[in-house]
Amino acid sequence: MTAEDIGLWSVLISVLGGAVRVGTPFLFVSLGECLTERSGRINLGLEGNLVLGAMTGYAVAYFTNSAWLGVFSAGCTGAILGMIHALLCQNPRVNHIAVGIALMIFGIGLAFFLGKPFIQPQAPRLPALELGFWSDSPVIRAALEINVLFIIGAMLAPAMWWFFHNARWGLMVRTVGESDDAALAMGININRVRLFATMAGGFLAGVGGSFLSLYYPGSWNEGLSSGQGLMAVALVIFARWNPIYCLFASLLFGGAAALGPALQSVGVTWGYYLFNAAPYFLTLIIMIFTSSSNRLLPGLPASLGGVQSK
Amino acid sequence: MLKTLEVVLIPVGAIILSLLLFAIFIALMGHEVSDVFYSLYRGAFGTWFSWQNTLIGAAPLMLTALCTALPARIGFIVIGGEGAVVVGGLCSALVGLALAGITAWLALPIMLAIGFIFGGLWIMFIGYLRHYRGVNETISSLLLNYIAIAILSFLIFGPLRDPSTLNKPSTFAIDETFLIGNMGETFIHWGFAYGVVFCLIYWFLLHKTTYGFSVDVSGGNVKAAQISGLPVPKLILSTFFLGGAAAGLAGALEVVAVHGRANSSLAAGYGYEGILIAFIARHNPLAIIPVAILLGGIKAGNGLVQRADDLPDATGLVLQGIIFVVILASESLYGRFKIFQPKESRE
Repeated sequence: MTAEDIGLWSVLISVLGGAVRVGTPFLFVSLGECLTERSGRINLGLEGNLVLGAMTGYAVAYFTNSAWLGVFSAGCTGAILGMIHALLCQNPRVNHIAVGIALMIFGIGLAFFLGKPFIQPQAPRLPALELGFWSDSPVIRAALEINVLFIIGAMLAPAMWWFFHNARWGLMVRTVGESDDAALAMGININRVRLFATMAGGFLAGVGGSFLSLYYPGSWNEGLSSGQGLMAVALVIFARWNPIYCLFASLLFGGAAALGPALQSVGVTWGYYLFNAAPYFLTLIIMIFTSSSNRLLPGLPASLGGVQSK
Repeated sequence: MLKTLEVVLIPVGAIILSLLLFAIFIALMGHEVSDVFYSLYRGAFGTWFSWQNTLIGAAPLMLTALCTALPARIGFIVIGGEGAVVVGGLCSALVGLALAGITAWLALPIMLAIGFIFGGLWIMFIGYLRHYRGVNETISSLLLNYIAIAILSFLIFGPLRDPSTLNKPSTFAIDETFLIGNMGETFIHWGFAYGVVFCLIYWFLLHKTTYGFSVDVSGGNVKAAQISGLPVPKLILSTFFLGGAAAGLAGALEVVAVHGRANSSLAAGYGYEGILIAFIARHNPLAIIPVAILLGGIKAGNGLVQRADDLPDATGLVLQGIIFVVILASESLYGRFKIFQPKESRE
């Protein structure tokens, strides 16, 4: 093996490892957003849930010395933000996109305000599985350190798919997302279904935030999130509102984000920022080719058509 | 008359309620409420000095709010102001660098026009995709924000980087004579005047011309507009262009009035704040002016709160968040109060 080959291999492996590590928060926010959008609402404020979740998770883990308690409380704060979103949006003329942005500002503000004292201290980290134990190479060992939260998220994706297709509640969520009239005819309480879907979605986004502060990068500071929560909406479109595709989309976005640093480590610095934008570009291209002016995007919940078509 | 009262009283009530909620939050955090409010007021509107800070803060927000307000009038939710600011600022800085050496009287208008045009084309592309390809405008505009920021980062970290800008990579500085300067004796830059003037022009266009009427008709009912022979595609593309152009101009003004070069400060969140301002102003360009000044005031007052009362930097963000959430929620109150309804329509 020549030196160049090793360079190439290490790039590949760090991209794979990075895809899992960087992709985990993507996975949770996109699953959360997917659930919310399937019920017919867009929550653009998941960035707020993510950042507030990161702060809460870190603070609770610091006080209780339990990382998992941190994860749970991060989810709960996310669910509370989701609850506010859902309760406000069920009123007439309240725009769900604007409320999302407002709650994002509120969530980030609250996190920065309350998180000031937690920038210094060290909280316990989440455990990881060392799947690279068989190898001597530190690169492979680092890349194959898989966090438990990722595994939970990866199992959640097919579970959510199953939920949408087989569970009674999943069918209710889909009915509400497809047609208000059908839901009313079936006697479903639309607002309540959307409330639960938005709260559960917010919970997942909060958990995604706790991954940021408790595992990777692994501490709380104000520059922790690089907009992963905002990207949730793009990811869900990319994944066609299918939870299993959300898993692949998160890995792809995570891998694209990891490609820049990995190339940089072997001396390729050109185009770092363009690689970062590749997923957005790809999503846009896919949207352009799959949309058409006389039908909706495949997979799009019809209630979201209120935003989709006039 | 009663309608006007409703339009004024509901937002004012919402702001009072949000200040109350904020006061409760401050008290819960163990701070002296009256001290914080006093600092906030002094830092925002208390002195001429703070007024100037407030107005500087409001300048870009008026223009980015127009980016959401114009397409909203015809029924589309565009959240791409951030990208248009970046594109406008970047293009105008590049042209400014290319024009080095020519007289400022010529260079400055060209730079502003370039920002205006490229910001407009950027958002018009979203309108084009929406109308001809059915691509959701909200999502494509969000994606284009990231693409714009990535192009900017690529250029300022790579080919266009001024090697002397170590901490904050930027393009080379534009000719100093091209900088736009401040209004009279103040330290408010001319960007503020542009913001007010454009809000007024757009208000006139939307409320006093047949163009504006056609836009409102198309926004209300596309089918009816088409049947009555209105050029709906042209109306859509032009509102998207005008909206994006305002945000692009905001970017160009940030370059010629504040930074003197293009750097990551262009993506400072003005685009996202503009979206909220547009919604709170109910997409009326005239109402955008006071709402933007209010937000500029919160941002300016925040500095003093931080210094005088030892509160975190994020205090202003919390207040902004509360105000926005409450005002947006108050949308559902319109038409609910009987006293605001004209007598004839009462039952």
